Amino acid sequence: MDDIKQGSSQIECDVLVLGGGTAGPMAALKAKKQNPKANVVLLEKANVKRSGAICMGMDGLNNAVIPGYATPEQYTKEITIANDGIVDQEAVYRYAAGCYEIIEELDRFGIRFQKDQNGEYDVKKVHHIGTYVLPMPNGDTVKKALYRQLRKARINISNRYMATRLLKGEDRIAGAICVNTRTAEFLTIKAKSVIMCMGAAGRLGLPSSGYLYGTYENPVNSGDGYAMAYHAGADLANLECFQINPLIKDYNGPACAYVAGPLGGYTANGDGDRFIECDYWSGQMMQEFYDELQSGKGPVFLKLNHLADETVAEIERTLHIVERPSRGLFHEGRGTDYRKQMIEMHISEIGFCSGHSASGVYVDENARTSVQGLYAAGDMANVPHNYMLGAFTNGGYAGLDAAQYSADVDFARFDEEQIEIEKARVLAPTKRSDGLPPNQIEYKIRRLVNDYLQPPKVTRKIELGLARFAEAREDLEQSMMVSNSHELMRALEVASVMDCAEMAAHASLYRKESRWGLYHNRVEYAGKNDEEWFCHTLLSKSDSGEYSLRKQDVKPYIVDIEEHERDAYEHQRVKSEPAVAAASTL
Amino acid sequence: MPLAETLTSVPVVVDDDKCIASKGCTVCVDVCPLDVLRIVDLSDGTKSARMVYDECWYCMPCQADCPTSAVTVSIPYLLK
Repeated sequence: MDDIKQGSSQIECDVLVLGGGTAGPMAALKAKKQNPKANVVLLEKANVKRSGAICMGMDGLNNAVIPGYATPEQYTKEITIANDGIVDQEAVYRYAAGCYEIIEELDRFGIRFQKDQNGEYDVKKVHHIGTYVLPMPNGDTVKKALYRQLRKARINISNRYMATRLLKGEDRIAGAICVNTRTAEFLTIKAKSVIMCMGAAGRLGLPSSGYLYGTYENPVNSGDGYAMAYHAGADLANLECFQINPLIKDYNGPACAYVAGPLGGYTANGDGDRFIECDYWSGQMMQEFYDELQSGKGPVFLKLNHLADETVAEIERTLHIVERPSRGLFHEGRGTDYRKQMIEMHISEIGFCSGHSASGVYVDENARTSVQGLYAAGDMANVPHNYMLGAFTNGGYAGLDAAQYSADVDFARFDEEQIEIEKARVLAPTKRSDGLPPNQIEYKIRRLVNDYLQPPKVTRKIELGLARFAEAREDLEQSMMVSNSHELMRALEVASVMDCAEMAAHASLYRKESRWGLYHNRVEYAGKNDEEWFCHTLLSKSDSGEYSLRKQDVKPYIVDIEEHERDAYEHQRVKSEPAVAAASTL
Repeated sequence: MPLAETLTSVPVVVDDDKCIASKGCTVCVDVCPLDVLRIVDLSDGTKSARMVYDECWYCMPCQADCPTSAVTVSIPYLLK
């Protein structure tokens, strides 16, 4: 089973899309639409039918900018404030201005969005300021609808191929090297442009359950895109702005205050009291969540047991069918009934994911990275808080631009030695008959990530973490062994996890201030220091192969933020009543 | 260091009486994002699907897409 075979082939295409989850299919569709003659290849580590973060669909759009409810200006302002100002607004604005068109397109694909009695989109308010959440009553059909479109557009799909490194030549992108996850055979794809849609780094921290695959993110998203972009010399932005989410404890899936909130559910402390004003995920909100967990009033719960039966039934219908449908099974096993008990919550392991925070490969409003011909979209690109609709919209922009770019260039000539070096790296664990299996090395790295990188961040701990990582890296590079092609895929993923862990540590050490609430809470550098750190931090690979960090200015705003608006997300905690406050001092 | 073989309880259960892998069906194997399922030969000469790698996200496509409802996903023991 899964025997390792010798084999190597080469193909070429105009636009190569890596990752068939959310952004990838839309990038491929838009590239093909822009240039029907272009040969577009969509490569996927799993199977496009059910791959990526939304393999079971999604319960709603969390950031829909719909005319009549919100404007691109309002949205850009909200995300700028939520992300503590460190935003290149052009990409956010372009997303906000274009996402309605994508909603209409998804509607034509057969994905329905909730409408009210008047036939208007039934948009809900979850964010601190604006109204952007649109439920999807048949959100379980998203992947199937996308797949139909890909077949119709005659996109060339290659399933079970994992890209491992990008090829470069003439100082621009030249293609990618890939490995079959079932046979370990190599495929080299020469491409005029490459669009990376490879998802979050979801296997960075270890979930508190201790189960390697019990992550918040689909664990197939192991940060391969971040690692590949790094090794190709691309800039990665604000990696210290970790993703940490409020989740159902142990199950580690979203409690879905976005679904329950508009129907009257809310996040509560151990006393059943509301303690945050707004359930929208932000670093500032997560800090309050963390503080409550640590306080005598913890832990934290999702509270629905005050709601009417039919309201709870409506919430269950959504939560138990889409996104993470095994939620219902989990509650059943624990004997938790939404009508009777509150649902215990906890915070997730850390990760990189711009879908909810801001860490990602640095891109502009065309999804271009700092490497010519290389694009990134979705959870791995640094457009903040971009969720599923951002993956679709920005993936589309990447596809359009890549198709245009590819029409005007020829294949970059590249040094074939890159392929040989990569083959040797990939196959090294298959050559050993004794050593350490990938799962043990992965467990150790991720346990160390929890021990040393999880906020609140302490300099000395991060430095110790880096020393332990160096030992783990030596194990990985000198002793990791696999017995079949499936384990080889895991081994390659562990190498990505290792790279991401080191990047997370270096980026966290570099920004000497606290920003984004809990996401980058540096204990010795409390509070924001706008004077020195109102900037992006960019991480890249130096000529000597070291992690290199530098500051980059935030581009001038196109939507002004008034002085009094800037701190809106810092006021998350519910103000206690004076009488209660007085009583608690007794 | 030497290697051990340690038993692990896995969360995906397949009903061999319902599974039609013998007829060539590979739906659950195809749709699993983590690629943890395989078709195996049973002692009676028929085939069935099995979870062979303990790497489950309890995400459900295998159960949802199975044409004969042969697949049941439960919550992995460590977190249930």
